[in-house]
Amino acid sequence: MNIVVVLRMVPDVVEELEIAPDGKSLDLEFGRMVLSESDDHALEQALLIKERMGGTVTAVALEAPEVDEVLFSALAKGADRTLKITGPKEGVTTREAAHIIAQVIASEPGLRGADLVLTGTQAINDLDGLMAPLLSQELSLPFLGIVTGLLPDFATRIASATKEYPRGVRAEFEVALPAVFGIQAAEKPPRYVPVAKVRAVMKSQKIDCVPSAGMEEPGLSLLQVLEITKPEPSAHSEILEGSVQQAACALCGILAERGLL
Amino acid sequence: MGGATLTVGSSSPEVSLENILHHPKGRDLLTCIQCGLCAGTCPYGEVMAYPPRRIIAMLRAGMMERVLASESLLACVACYSCMAKCPRNIQLTEVLLPLVKEQVFLNLSQLPAELHKALDNTLRYGNPMAESPRKRAAWIKTVDVPVRILAEDPRPVDVLWFVECQNSYHPRGQDISRATAKLFHVLGIDFAILGNEEKCAGECARLLGVTGLFETLMDYNMAIFSKYHFKRIVTSGAHAYDAFTHQYAAAGFTYAAEHTTPFFAAYLEQLKPHLTHKLPYAVTYHDSCCLGRHNGFYEQPRSLLRAIPGVKLLEMPHNRINAICCGGGGGGMWLDTYYKAKGYERLSERRVKEAVATGADVIAVSCPYEISRFEDALKVLGYEKKMIVRDVVELLSEAMEV
Amino acid sequence: MSAEYWVVVEHWKGQVSQITYEALALGREVADQLGASLCAVLLGHNARELAATLGKADSVVYADDPLLSEVVAETYAEALVQLLKERKPKGIIFPLTNITLGAGTLLGARLNLPVVNFCTDIQFANEAVEARCVLYGGKIESRVAAEGEPIIFGLWPGARPAEKGLSDRRPPIEEFAVNLPAPAIHLKKFIEPEAGDVDITQQEILVAVGRGIQSQENLHLAETLAKQLRGAVCASRPVIDQGWLPLSRQVGKSGATVKPKLYLALGISGAPEHTEGMKASALIVAVNTDRSAPIFNIAQYGIVADVLEVLPALSEAIESRKGVSSHA
Repeated sequence: MNIVVVLRMVPDVVEELEIAPDGKSLDLEFGRMVLSESDDHALEQALLIKERMGGTVTAVALEAPEVDEVLFSALAKGADRTLKITGPKEGVTTREAAHIIAQVIASEPGLRGADLVLTGTQAINDLDGLMAPLLSQELSLPFLGIVTGLLPDFATRIASATKEYPRGVRAEFEVALPAVFGIQAAEKPPRYVPVAKVRAVMKSQKIDCVPSAGMEEPGLSLLQVLEITKPEPSAHSEILEGSVQQAACALCGILAERGLL
Repeated sequence: MGGATLTVGSSSPEVSLENILHHPKGRDLLTCIQCGLCAGTCPYGEVMAYPPRRIIAMLRAGMMERVLASESLLACVACYSCMAKCPRNIQLTEVLLPLVKEQVFLNLSQLPAELHKALDNTLRYGNPMAESPRKRAAWIKTVDVPVRILAEDPRPVDVLWFVECQNSYHPRGQDISRATAKLFHVLGIDFAILGNEEKCAGECARLLGVTGLFETLMDYNMAIFSKYHFKRIVTSGAHAYDAFTHQYAAAGFTYAAEHTTPFFAAYLEQLKPHLTHKLPYAVTYHDSCCLGRHNGFYEQPRSLLRAIPGVKLLEMPHNRINAICCGGGGGGMWLDTYYKAKGYERLSERRVKEAVATGADVIAVSCPYEISRFEDALKVLGYEKKMIVRDVVELLSEAMEV
Repeated sequence: MSAEYWVVVEHWKGQVSQITYEALALGREVADQLGASLCAVLLGHNARELAATLGKADSVVYADDPLLSEVVAETYAEALVQLLKERKPKGIIFPLTNITLGAGTLLGARLNLPVVNFCTDIQFANEAVEARCVLYGGKIESRVAAEGEPIIFGLWPGARPAEKGLSDRRPPIEEFAVNLPAPAIHLKKFIEPEAGDVDITQQEILVAVGRGIQSQENLHLAETLAKQLRGAVCASRPVIDQGWLPLSRQVGKSGATVKPKLYLALGISGAPEHTEGMKASALIVAVNTDRSAPIFNIAQYGIVADVLEVLPALSEAIESRKGVSSHA
């Protein structure tokens, strides 16, 4: 099974998010980037499939702060190759990123014949679209999202994929390969790789690079962010006073208003 | 995973399980007389399939694969009991056990989730709690006395106070930090902190055998230290104290390092006039593993406690060199679920039962892990009305209030 | 032809989802503001009777095809592509849930239309439509404008109360024929969760119990509430330690980290070891007898009372509310 995993860096929300002076974007000078959580699962799922069936795993990412660490870590975990796409403009949207990445997948030898293209099901900044369906559209491949189990069969060229539905219900789908999958969770939690191993990989292996020149198409997003703000945090709860019955009723109202009832 | 192999984990494989028997640091292993004192004194001895005695026997017999394939080393909480009791003074907790644990982890198919998170967080954020490094010094806004941050005011200072992770971020740890700041102030000590530049000292990672992480943190901290001018480092972190005193010399650390408890004990005469408020508590002091067994600071915390008016000191049966570890060291802090799933008793609960049995109102501690571990144990055992947990500096600070 | 606004109907296992009514409520406001007609787009197979509850819309467009009986993003997108050849709405409100995730993105990509995800509201400023969205797990709110029509809004649950999208009126139904290619994806079967086999990290609503629940006998109060809210029961460590619930239900430093839409912390003090595992929840409501319990520092709403009194009162309040709505 030849697997391509698309990895994306997103702002790390553990840090306080700061808004840039233009009021429309994040100030990433002090903010940090982290691998999107479900992309980490996509990588783990790819490695699990490789361990079971053989094949290759190639991790692809756009150039971004701290992406080198992530790609070296992928190599230390068992990926065969990592590819960094250099030169995209800063603040590229999901749709713009998908357009560039799809072209690299379609043109780069070794990626062209991929049986599986895996990426996380959703990232916290997917304002203008989700990566998996966008890639499927660009590559003219079938797509299935919110996948928590993936069993490809090399002989039949069909993958059995499990998709998550509300309230713990799951569904089993059959998907003809090659296909794109949005991974929600790998069958096992992303594996641990010791720092020492990553440091050793940094010395002995390298990340391949391919320039994005000519592949960018600005304005694909069709969106314009007018303003971003941080919601006002409250230091303390709003206490629902009154008798137990009154408080319970008030709480019901609040839940109903939020569509939780 | 049978046939576990020795893989290169440490990035500075000067000493490894392959060469340890011939290396100056490990040759003392050849002097082990297989007496079993280590196994007998281990707090988890009953579940430890490979106590130090057996590890040494297997090492000498060239049968380490079996040891490395066993998970029982995960129950080692790096309490130094075995090392303190060993009649041959073999560097068990310091040298042998981390090397073995390193290999055990590399051979595990999956690391326990909580531990995995703690290690990832420490690497990424400089603390195991996934708290933002930029909020590490936020607690100083809540303290009444001025606390200087070196990045803002880099003038030379007498004491660099290395606050430590729990004491920076955890609400109870911040109580200890406030008390500590107050004590420094009352004594007129010229001190400053690194603030957001401070990161975990890495000792627990080292004890776990995660040497790559330890070295990354050590290199980082040494680089930060070299930016400033200070005479000595005083830390509230017992494990951090160990790191600076016993390990950081390898990276060129030459400063004088002290832990706050013995540090304040040296100022006892200056402190006494300020201890005006009576605390009518029966206090039992829990000897922390690092300060106690490993470094011998048994009497300093006791002398501080005795100086507080109203305090009556009671000893637990297992005291000083025999103290029972709270279970937080060597990664134990993040293996609670793992131990629970295996049916092990929590060491903190074992210790708290002993503390309550003395009839004391307060269990006094001097290591940051102990506060939350013992408070948790008191709650679980239903003793929270019977006994409270206080750090020694908290009691000193309380005795200074008007 | 007057202007149109669409709501794509989400339905599953024979029922219209709650989010559809929330979308209809929002769509109604938007359509009224624009003087447009609101059209509910129902794609399915033998699902015509579901149209009866969509009366908040002016009309329903219904496309029936065996290939639409299973929700496959590509098939949904293709059906809408064909519908969009005939009709030109100004906007399409697409529920953003597990069931149809990806279909909105595909539609936008196929027809080069703007897609705005994580919408919590649609507003107008000087005649121009603005989407209000939440990003970064709710930490950032944004106002977004779009170029092109129709704009595809990926709607986050909770934008409007579902009740406001209900109506007794039976809307007129217009049938629309689609010609769908066989997809490369087939639904083979659904797998129901086994009783007790609950992954709390996948739940949208969690009823969390702490020591305030006092004994194992009282757990049924929490189970009842969880069932009413269609969520699951979880617990802080002391409850798990007692063996009242399995380890899989533990939340906190030593257990699972959860991010549900609603976390009800009942009789939980809020120690850092617990809050570490749930502080990212979208809405936290705490019940505790201690007004100074740290849980109230992270909960948006709180009730200072005994959990054992609040639980039955809350269940009762929910029951009487449900009597009002005739839809599950």
